[in-house]
Amino acid sequence: MQNALRLAALDRAARRAGLAPGLTLADARARVPDLAVLDHDPAADAAFLEEVADDCDRWTPLVALDMPDGVPDGLMLDITGCAHLFGGEAALRARLLAHLQRHGLGALAVIAGTPDAARALARSGKGGVVPPGGEASAVAGLPVARLGVGAEIVTGLSRAGLKTIGDLAARPGTPLAARFGMELLTRLARTLGREDVRLVPRRPLPECIAERRFAEPIARTSDIEATLALLVDDLALMLEARGEGGRAFEAGFFRTDGAVRRLRIETARPLRDGAALARLWRERIEALADPLDPGFGFDLVRLGVLRAEPLTPAQVSLDGRAVEEEEVAALIDRLSVRLGRERVLRFLQRDTHDPDRASVLVPAGGAPAPSATPPDVLARPLTLFDPPQPVEALAEVPDGPPLRFRWRRVVHEVARAEGPERLAPEWWRQPAAAPTRDYYRVENREGRRFWLFRAGLYGREAAGPAGQPRWFLHGLFP
Amino acid sequence: MDPIRDVAALRKMLAGLEAERLPGVEQFFSLGAAGPEEGGVRLARGALHEVQARASADMPAATGFALALALRALRRDGAGEGRPLLWVRQDMADAEFGRLDAPGLAALGLDPARLILVRARDGAEALRAAGDAVRCAGLGGLLIEIWGTPKALDLTATRRLGLRAASSGVTSFLLHRAAQAAPTAVATRWQVAPAASFPLEEDAPGAPAFHATLLRHRGGEGGRPVEGGDWKLEWDHEAFTFRDLDPLSRAMVPVPAGRQDRAAAAQARGGEVVALRRTG
Repeated sequence: MQNALRLAALDRAARRAGLAPGLTLADARARVPDLAVLDHDPAADAAFLEEVADDCDRWTPLVALDMPDGVPDGLMLDITGCAHLFGGEAALRARLLAHLQRHGLGALAVIAGTPDAARALARSGKGGVVPPGGEASAVAGLPVARLGVGAEIVTGLSRAGLKTIGDLAARPGTPLAARFGMELLTRLARTLGREDVRLVPRRPLPECIAERRFAEPIARTSDIEATLALLVDDLALMLEARGEGGRAFEAGFFRTDGAVRRLRIETARPLRDGAALARLWRERIEALADPLDPGFGFDLVRLGVLRAEPLTPAQVSLDGRAVEEEEVAALIDRLSVRLGRERVLRFLQRDTHDPDRASVLVPAGGAPAPSATPPDVLARPLTLFDPPQPVEALAEVPDGPPLRFRWRRVVHEVARAEGPERLAPEWWRQPAAAPTRDYYRVENREGRRFWLFRAGLYGREAAGPAGQPRWFLHGLFP
Repeated sequence: MDPIRDVAALRKMLAGLEAERLPGVEQFFSLGAAGPEEGGVRLARGALHEVQARASADMPAATGFALALALRALRRDGAGEGRPLLWVRQDMADAEFGRLDAPGLAALGLDPARLILVRARDGAEALRAAGDAVRCAGLGGLLIEIWGTPKALDLTATRRLGLRAASSGVTSFLLHRAAQAAPTAVATRWQVAPAASFPLEEDAPGAPAFHATLLRHRGGEGGRPVEGGDWKLEWDHEAFTFRDLDPLSRAMVPVPAGRQDRAAAAQARGGEVVALRRTG
């Protein structure tokens, strides 16, 4: 029986024909000979559920995947404080179901005081809205298996003659806990609505949100930009009231067909200036490699602040430095949004002699990271090749500077040279024993200056194929 | 409405008035070397200057020369102290000549922390980014490194950059390879090739040395015409100045690399000595 093919999920018609999940395929075929079967694809199911969850963000930002057995199977929405926007809980539920049905999805929705109560009712096939405080009576008739506890506990309970949740609710808790463990009591309390539990939303909750819904979906770029301009003004007011500025923003574009596109921008400093934000969003949309596809139009555009930081009005300084710094930060923001954060960079120096690690480029828009004081080194080239370029060099043995070398098919005659500057590898970083590098600063007959090194020492560390150390060009001097 | 912007605007206006009253004090900078000085070669701040590499392999030299000019422009520009320098660089340049390195920048005299590096995928993107950056008065300077001759680099584009530089006061440098006569509207045009450096002790390569040719100068202070010229110069990153690289005017005994001696040698040659904190 272990290797039999089993039914994982069924549509409504199959259920009506008397089939059930878990039935072997052979049995099912025996009952319904013309059964249409598809391979079960849990990954695709999960991905699809994620898409639906994305779309459900339009009702509330608190959307979580419901994973009773570790497999995503249903969605949990926390509509606290959202229902009135849609005309009450019943109206919200009706609209949500209608919305899903328009996209060809059959769904069952329960609104209850706690996630566990809602889950127990929905899994039993009961839809509807549970009035506040009515959870206990609503779930009383459900079998104990709906509590979501382990199978052995369920078996134990049924042996004791406790078939329904209502049976359990009437009993004192202490003996139950002694016999079946605390988990049963916790589950029971949550299902009965006596104890609440918070959802863990699948997306980080924005600090504040502004949104616009459209009865008639919008599709033109100009309309989208105008909408964003309105939304940033709303956000600016909210942020001002909080005395904060946003560092990261996210816009969600909800298409009528359920697809959701999200865009993010991050800024170099806390920002709440409506005009500047609107400009950034315009840049962001212009710079998209694959433009926003409105399909049949967006019926909801939402803008949220993902990260906010305190922003106090700047002190007016007479030297104007604050304004200049502000202008530079605004420039960095605009370029970062248009080109990508990884293309607007700043140097961070490290305290190391390894030329490859001496400096690193970090996004200029990020928080200013502390830069180490670099060691006092000799002259270094303006540009470095990464990785160093192999050259053929002729040099005196054992550690003379190169006399001539060939790089990119051009032979350079060395006129002047300085070296060696011996740099040992950082043995605590490199796993394999990297060869010692002897660096030479050389100038050719035309006055071009190069930074060459010999990897390995003659006789001791032979790196090349014929036991010869190899030469590399690492950088160019102006 | 916004008091900060009002004060900034007032400051700019006052700076403009002062500049008009005292022409030449803030608006122009020299190379610091005696040769170009005799020819009256001074470069305008808040303008677009062009630095061409004579050949593709001369780009490192041209880059060093442009950066040195930018550092000259930053210097003595009272408010320029501490302002960042923005460098727009095309990805092709990284592939061809390697990535910029912080110790190397420090070796030329630029504090790497003051550099904002913008990497552009192509020439059009680089010029567009530069067009935005040149309007930002908070920048101390702008270097635009273009690879090849993109279509977007033409008379109109360079003229626009120049006009924006004039209104914002950001001294800008367009750096590219000597192209097939792409017409540009610039204040000065230089062609740069490397020169053999003045050797240090034991025949070690010395300070960065350039063979700089002034191809075009739109006019010096007061619109006075400036003749083109051809100089061999070296860059002293400690004094932030160019020096003439003429073997005949030098002491025949190689000068040790020590700072004291260099300063003394500079004075002997009639150069200027300015005490500056070492940044690198």
